[in-house]
Amino acid sequence: MFEIPVLTLTLVVPLLGAMIIMCLPAGQHKGIKWTAALATLISLLLSIAIFIGYDRSLGGIQFVETIPWIKDLGVNYALGVDGISIPMLLLTTLIGFSSVYASWNLAERVREFFALLLILIAGVMGTFITTDLFIFFLFYEVVVIPIYLMVIMFGSTKRVSKEYAGMKLTIYLLIGSAFLLTALIALFVQARAISGVPSMDMAFLASLNYGVEFQILVFAFMAFGFGTLLSMFPFHAWSPDGYAGAPTAVSMIHAGVLKKIGGYGLIRIALTILPAGAAVVAPIIAVLALGNIVYAAYICISQKDLKYIVGYSSVSHMGYVLVGIAALNLISINGAVIMMFAHGVMAALFFAMIGNLYEKSHTRNIEDFGGLAHQMPKLTAGFMIAGLASLGLPGMVNFIGEFTIFVGAFGVYRVISIIAISGIVFTALYVLRALGRMLFGARNEKWDHLQDLKGVELVPLLVLGLAIFIGGFLPFTLMDLINNGVGELLAQIGPLQIGGLW
Amino acid sequence: MDFSILTTEILLALLGLAVLILGLVLPGKGRKFVNALALGGMALVLLYLILNFSREAGLFNGVYQVDAYGNYFKLLFLMAGLLVILMGARYIDGFKEKSNEFYGLMIFATLGMMLMVAAGEFITLYVGLELMTISFYILTAYLKSDKLSGEAGLKYLILGATSSAILLFGISLLYASMGSTNFIEIGASFGSSAAVIAGVLMVIAGFAFKISVVPFHMWTPDIYQGAPIPITTYLSVASKAAGFAALLRVFMLAVDPNAVFNWGLLLAVLAAITIVVGNLIALAQRDVKRLLAYSSIAQAGYILVGATAANSYGLKGVLFYAMIYVFANVGAFAVATAVEVDSGRTDIEAFAGLSKRSPLMAAIMTICMLSLAGIPPMAGFAGKFYLFAGAIQAGYLWLALLGLVMSMVSVYYYLGVSKAMYIGENMDEAPLTPGWGSTAALWVCVLATLILGVYPGPLSELAGYAIQIFM
Repeated sequence: MFEIPVLTLTLVVPLLGAMIIMCLPAGQHKGIKWTAALATLISLLLSIAIFIGYDRSLGGIQFVETIPWIKDLGVNYALGVDGISIPMLLLTTLIGFSSVYASWNLAERVREFFALLLILIAGVMGTFITTDLFIFFLFYEVVVIPIYLMVIMFGSTKRVSKEYAGMKLTIYLLIGSAFLLTALIALFVQARAISGVPSMDMAFLASLNYGVEFQILVFAFMAFGFGTLLSMFPFHAWSPDGYAGAPTAVSMIHAGVLKKIGGYGLIRIALTILPAGAAVVAPIIAVLALGNIVYAAYICISQKDLKYIVGYSSVSHMGYVLVGIAALNLISINGAVIMMFAHGVMAALFFAMIGNLYEKSHTRNIEDFGGLAHQMPKLTAGFMIAGLASLGLPGMVNFIGEFTIFVGAFGVYRVISIIAISGIVFTALYVLRALGRMLFGARNEKWDHLQDLKGVELVPLLVLGLAIFIGGFLPFTLMDLINNGVGELLAQIGPLQIGGLW
Repeated sequence: MDFSILTTEILLALLGLAVLILGLVLPGKGRKFVNALALGGMALVLLYLILNFSREAGLFNGVYQVDAYGNYFKLLFLMAGLLVILMGARYIDGFKEKSNEFYGLMIFATLGMMLMVAAGEFITLYVGLELMTISFYILTAYLKSDKLSGEAGLKYLILGATSSAILLFGISLLYASMGSTNFIEIGASFGSSAAVIAGVLMVIAGFAFKISVVPFHMWTPDIYQGAPIPITTYLSVASKAAGFAALLRVFMLAVDPNAVFNWGLLLAVLAAITIVVGNLIALAQRDVKRLLAYSSIAQAGYILVGATAANSYGLKGVLFYAMIYVFANVGAFAVATAVEVDSGRTDIEAFAGLSKRSPLMAAIMTICMLSLAGIPPMAGFAGKFYLFAGAIQAGYLWLALLGLVMSMVSVYYYLGVSKAMYIGENMDEAPLTPGWGSTAALWVCVLATLILGVYPGPLSELAGYAIQIFM
């Protein structure tokens, strides 16, 4: 029977959009923006269809497409999604769609911007829907260069210059990916030596037994590579500078989904293929995660620039994800996945609001503002939703994530969990302080000329805000799916005894 | 004796002679015709080669080998030559009445490379090498009024002659020990005396010069900067590939990998030093020609990794990478040529604002350079994957890690050029249009880089077929 290749379509539509945009005349701003909006909308609708159409009773990898690609490396153009990748795909398309509207007011070099943005979105999606390691890595690095170009062309220079920020981000991620690629090749070579056939299929690679020492080494390389992308302490320095320099849409996508490729890779690739290595390295990750949670939250308290606050807070939140992954049990990993989704929509909403405010006021310094709720009630609502989600208020999807992670991790790492939970207090402190100072209090007449969100500017607020509340009030919509996916992965690798390094 | 096996080489030799002689005989307008003849002739030879790709035969008792391995590289040289002629057409037109000789010498250099890769024994190899190198001596110094070019020619001559002498001395040592110059016969009776080791070391040194491996790389930047830019391009892609092709044939057939000395480790160390030095010095360059020169040193290091591994993936990687390197490097140099023709300069400032003057060229320069850095979905990534998979398979995990980290470091200087092109300001904002030849070459390069990056299957199969003779 002939089936529609839904995943390929989801992937190709933004690329097609990018090509159409490159062919349009440079002055055709409206046409370019609507093309980008339409392309991301189609991807969003397709991914929602996949979310709904995925057969939860059946489980496993669905919507499979396989085309042989490179024979002697055993590479297939293989697509397929399971309970872990669908939320990530959905997250990508949600943020991708919103990011187009968050950049609606752009007036310079519009063609380049939207073409690069669509390539970036397609690249991120690709990593989540492929089941072949080679193709995964192909997409993984595709995203780095458009980001660099977008940062230097459209970024903003505040504390650090945009050229510096862009290059720092690029080099950090590329060095991480060099380790990752070394690990992938070593894995490929070893698997070939064991099984005699070249293959890059994740499930096939996971089915082989590797020596424990090999697993530890390769897992450590991967943890460094993915960890850098996930801004694991102490490899996080690119993240706040990078976000601060980047244009709004890039900050949204980067903090929202791109980082999550790190967590996704740790779970789907590193943990699944190298469980014995994971068991040994996990405690180190858990300790480093504390660096994220506590240290970054501490820095946040002293920040004045809004983007730096959200930048460091995203580093801090990734600590929770790392704790969840490092605890290596069903509940904690479920929590990590849902936390990635939750943080994604929250961070994207935050950056969209900041971007909008900065565009109008040309400052991001908290102390310049005060009483913005008088002039911009809708923007204030957006900030509050993002802020409260960030500190894990029940009713928002972030609460579900944090709660699940700690339920799962507490049994494994008592002390670490207790220290980590204290991070929530810090988060409440810096978020509420910053938002209170900016949004509430007496009316500041200096900002009377600011216009509230209107028209298409509302799209990110509506789309992402809705996702936060749906996830918060109806968590089972996502949770079932994730539980399904993580459960299957863990069933494959069997019980794990954490530790063994000392 | 069936001389029809040599048709490709004979045709090319005739073409070279015809271009030289007709260039002298025909005045004025005839020159255009001769230039077209050079281009068309090379294209026809290329076509002939493709049609007879799978022909295999040995001539004169194995002195000259026609096989898929050699044909693969001949294909590479002809393609590179065509692309260089296309992209350099405007530049070469500047030589006026001297342009015919330029084409003629390029054809002879190509012929020399062909002899090198098909040679089954050392003397033939040496003759091919000299034919290539001597043609390049002249071509390097072709800008008569330019001091840098003259200096480059002289340097190349002196250093090149020295390296040839070392190579020849190594060959004579091997001949003295084994009593043969034929690779297979040497391999069969490979001894372990000090003379053999010294001989192989000298052969390595001689080749290392041609492929600019550190510490034999000193000539590269000056000569790349001084030579006419099409020649720089041709030197960096074709002459280097020829050096690698011949080196591999010698090493795979004549040198016993397990005898006496760990040759693999020696090559691995050379590759590592080359990668590190090439990339680190490139970081500090402000002239795009020099930058590409140092980057080409680093690239030689990557290719040497595959030769070090000497297994199926590694060798395939060498062939694959050599081919895609042609497209990436010619693409980058084509843009540099257009900029030089326009502004007379090649420092990074001359590239400023190129994205506004010519969005196509800025995009192609970025894509080609990222392919050199090995970023997917450009072809360089697939090439590096093969090279480093081979290295890890052969047990050189450290080399793979080093190579990959350094190629990420190289992104810094490649993106430095992109940064200038995309956000730099240029006084001259007039649109920059390359000629039709250049445009064609640019499109071929960028399409090949992207298509082979996303779908490397066919080329890797071809490379796999070509290395059968070693397996």
